[in-house]
Amino acid sequence: MVTQVTSFTRNGVSDWLVQRITAVVVAIYSVVLVAYLLFQPAVTYQQWSDLFSQTWMQVFTLMTLLATCAHAWIGMWTVGTDYLRVHTVGESANALRFIFQLGCMLVFVVYLIWGIKILWGNG
Amino acid sequence: MSKIPILDFDAIIVGAGGAGMRAALQLAESGRNIAVISKVFPTRSHTVSAQGGITSAIGSDDPEDDWRWHMYDTVKGSDYIGDQDAIEYMCSAAPEAVYELEHMGLPFSRTESGRIYQRPFGGQTKDYGRGGQASRTCAAADRTGHALLHTLYQGNLKAGSVFFSEWFAIDLVKNTNDAIVGVTAICMETGVVHYIRARATVFATGGAGRIYQSTTNALMNTGDGPGMSLRAGYALQDIEMWQFHPTGIAGVGVLVTEGCRGEGGYLINKDGERFMERYAPNAKDLAGRDVVARSMILEIRDGRGAGENGDYVLLKLDHLGEEILHSRLPGIIELAKTFAHVDPLKEPIPVEPTCHYMMGGLPTNIHGQVISPDVNGNDQIINGFYAVGETACVSVHGANRLGGNALLDLVVFGRATGLHIIQALNEGMDSAEASESDLDAALARLRRWDESDASGESVPKLRKELQACMQLNFGVFRKEETMQKGMHKLVELRQRIAGASVGDKSAAFNTARLEALELDNLLEVAEATAICAEGRKESRGAHAREDYQDRDDENWLAHSIYQPTTRKLSKRKVNMQPKTVPAFEPMIRTY
Amino acid sequence: MLISVYRYDPDKDITPYMQDFDLEIPGGRDLMVLDVLELLKEQDPTVSYRRSCREGVCGSDGVNMNGKNGLACITPLSEVVKSDKLSIRPLPGLPVVRDLVVDMEQFYDQYKKIKPYLINDEPPPTQERLQSPEDREKLDGLYECILCACCTTACPSFWWNPDKFVGPAGLLQAYRFLIDSRDTATEERLAGLEDPFSVFRCRGIMNCVSVCPKGLNPTRAIGHIRNMLLKRAV
Repeated sequence: MVTQVTSFTRNGVSDWLVQRITAVVVAIYSVVLVAYLLFQPAVTYQQWSDLFSQTWMQVFTLMTLLATCAHAWIGMWTVGTDYLRVHTVGESANALRFIFQLGCMLVFVVYLIWGIKILWGNG
Repeated sequence: MSKIPILDFDAIIVGAGGAGMRAALQLAESGRNIAVISKVFPTRSHTVSAQGGITSAIGSDDPEDDWRWHMYDTVKGSDYIGDQDAIEYMCSAAPEAVYELEHMGLPFSRTESGRIYQRPFGGQTKDYGRGGQASRTCAAADRTGHALLHTLYQGNLKAGSVFFSEWFAIDLVKNTNDAIVGVTAICMETGVVHYIRARATVFATGGAGRIYQSTTNALMNTGDGPGMSLRAGYALQDIEMWQFHPTGIAGVGVLVTEGCRGEGGYLINKDGERFMERYAPNAKDLAGRDVVARSMILEIRDGRGAGENGDYVLLKLDHLGEEILHSRLPGIIELAKTFAHVDPLKEPIPVEPTCHYMMGGLPTNIHGQVISPDVNGNDQIINGFYAVGETACVSVHGANRLGGNALLDLVVFGRATGLHIIQALNEGMDSAEASESDLDAALARLRRWDESDASGESVPKLRKELQACMQLNFGVFRKEETMQKGMHKLVELRQRIAGASVGDKSAAFNTARLEALELDNLLEVAEATAICAEGRKESRGAHAREDYQDRDDENWLAHSIYQPTTRKLSKRKVNMQPKTVPAFEPMIRTY
Repeated sequence: MLISVYRYDPDKDITPYMQDFDLEIPGGRDLMVLDVLELLKEQDPTVSYRRSCREGVCGSDGVNMNGKNGLACITPLSEVVKSDKLSIRPLPGLPVVRDLVVDMEQFYDQYKKIKPYLINDEPPPTQERLQSPEDREKLDGLYECILCACCTTACPSFWWNPDKFVGPAGLLQAYRFLIDSRDTATEERLAGLEDPFSVFRCRGIMNCVSVCPKGLNPTRAIGHIRNMLLKRAV
């Protein structure tokens, strides 16, 4: 049994499941958006704004945003633990990986807050 | 003599094949400080190549089966120079030994009722030879040795045994009381020489089939145990008895299991005739291995060999059908395709008798204690020294081993040896220190090689000459004239090897250095074989002389003992006193 | 034929290098790569490699031949030689001890980690434990592993995380015990494998399947383990 504190759920099965479920959410959202744009080829600002003022769309978008962040976190964490290793980049690997993970985390938090502000903000 | 690092143990086992690991398992459970040293990682040991199975009267195929029938077969197979007390012990302990392996996880093939699958093997009968062919060999497809070795390694991991993998034993260390107190050994990775001190030293070093040119044996089967033992001045027993397996793949020597014939395959000559019907009308292809091997050579000599040069015969399997071949002999299909370039589902496999097993070895009692017969022929036990497996001669195989008895020998006597060592340690064992000069003696030959200059002959060249000499002069059939030639050649080789050199002086993983040390061992075993083969003036089991074609019970119903100090042959009595059954008196051996 | 061999002797060399040998291949048989190594060693006794059974069951001589891992003793030249040239390198991803000899400790450690032995705490019967031929058949394709490390050292996931990812050989054996009808430690075994590294670092690259000299399929076994873990979790 290998454990690492920075892992998302610290459990391979959950990580694996989360990654697949979040992928499905993102996929459905993409399909919905693409379908909408196909049916409304010349979408206006008003139509777009109306769409996003409906509660179901706001919840759906937030869900997708959360899913994207979780999905990306697991993915980027994996990339970090694969490539930023002592035997590949040298002694500084652990520090580098920590900074890399911190950076990823910051980006996800920023996107999440920004997303919420867009969805429910007054702009 | 410079100081070398010392490691201390209660007991060490040299060799991590089936015998060594079974002994180790017993000792690990005792909580004693023990270690196994092996020149290869344990699962690379040659036990891994055993295919057909392990013989034991577990009564899965025939509920009436009896270990005494197994004992009868083994005594007869040995051509009556197997020790009957030892054979009795082995055959009676066999079922328990097999169950134990199964409990440890060995993936045996199964019958419909869920029991262990047993197949017929050569020389197996029911009811003391009166009830026809028996099926007594427990099998895991045709990979029984592999399954057994891995299972034992796994068992040892579970028990927490300590392994020194890739350590090469150089020589025995003998103290002034003439007891064995460990070995000198090289850590192969670093090249550093150590003294491994132990109160009990077990040799489980396997065979020496590499003294022959054509052999089923692994490249590392160089008789390291017998070599070390001979240099320490201890005797070998029945070392002229070399089993030639009937079915080595022609030209390469890779083993094709007797299980092929057990499952219904048979040998044919170039005319497609099933020739074993002529030589062994009852058992046919499942006669003793010595009988089948000789019949094949006679066929070839009479001009009925197959192939361009008529120098091999064929093993026919295609009539067994795809299903049997795939489920029972999958490994053989693979080997035949790789090494003989034939698909046994369609064509027969070219085979020839190939050196396979060393029936002789270090004489031991059933506890694995090595015996040194004194000048009056009385058994003297060497303190602290044990041997087990192919390297030992208990003797359960006598002049010819039955298929399926080798794996059994390993586990039964591996366990017995472990048990005896625990008891001996508990009672207190001699452990007088080895002196500087004792250690010096155990490092002498390493120093000789290390100090050799580059002008000497090369090791591979000398090894090839030695193997060719043994193949030519001490093969399936032997006669005085050619054996004399061979003995002269060996004398010459001994001198040349003394002046040979190692072309690699590096410390790390120096395999050239190890091959040189192995050559010393090959030479010792080859010489002992030659002198005993020349000395035993009769034909018995695997020892077939053209100038003495009959068995001579009056003079030679005896073990041969080779004394390295005098390089002479003497005799030792065969044990004819089993404890629970009447002895099997020698009879004419036909199949 | 041009044979290029990876050379490194820690006593002499600061860095490894490739040494070229021009070798006359004796006609007739299609030699195995091990035969070629033996011929080379007669020319230059310092060339070091492991070998033993020379028939593909002991697993000693796993090497990298023209870029692909395999056992030297059962790989015929005709299968690997390209434009009359053969490069022989040690198995990738493990520290080199000397020439073609690698330090396999990490590989063995991963094997030991999966508890590669039968666990059954019930007292054994006086005879063998019964097992139906169908249950026994489930072990086929698993127990035949010879621990040669060809698969694990061909696996990028193992290259990145040799200390955490069990690797294809170890996982094949993990499944061999998980699926054995005689083993009772399924829960304990699965609990030891559920972390994000041991099993889940497998990306299904399938290098293991393509190089296994015994024709085994570790990727499929890993899939089975993942399914068992999922079933246990939900």
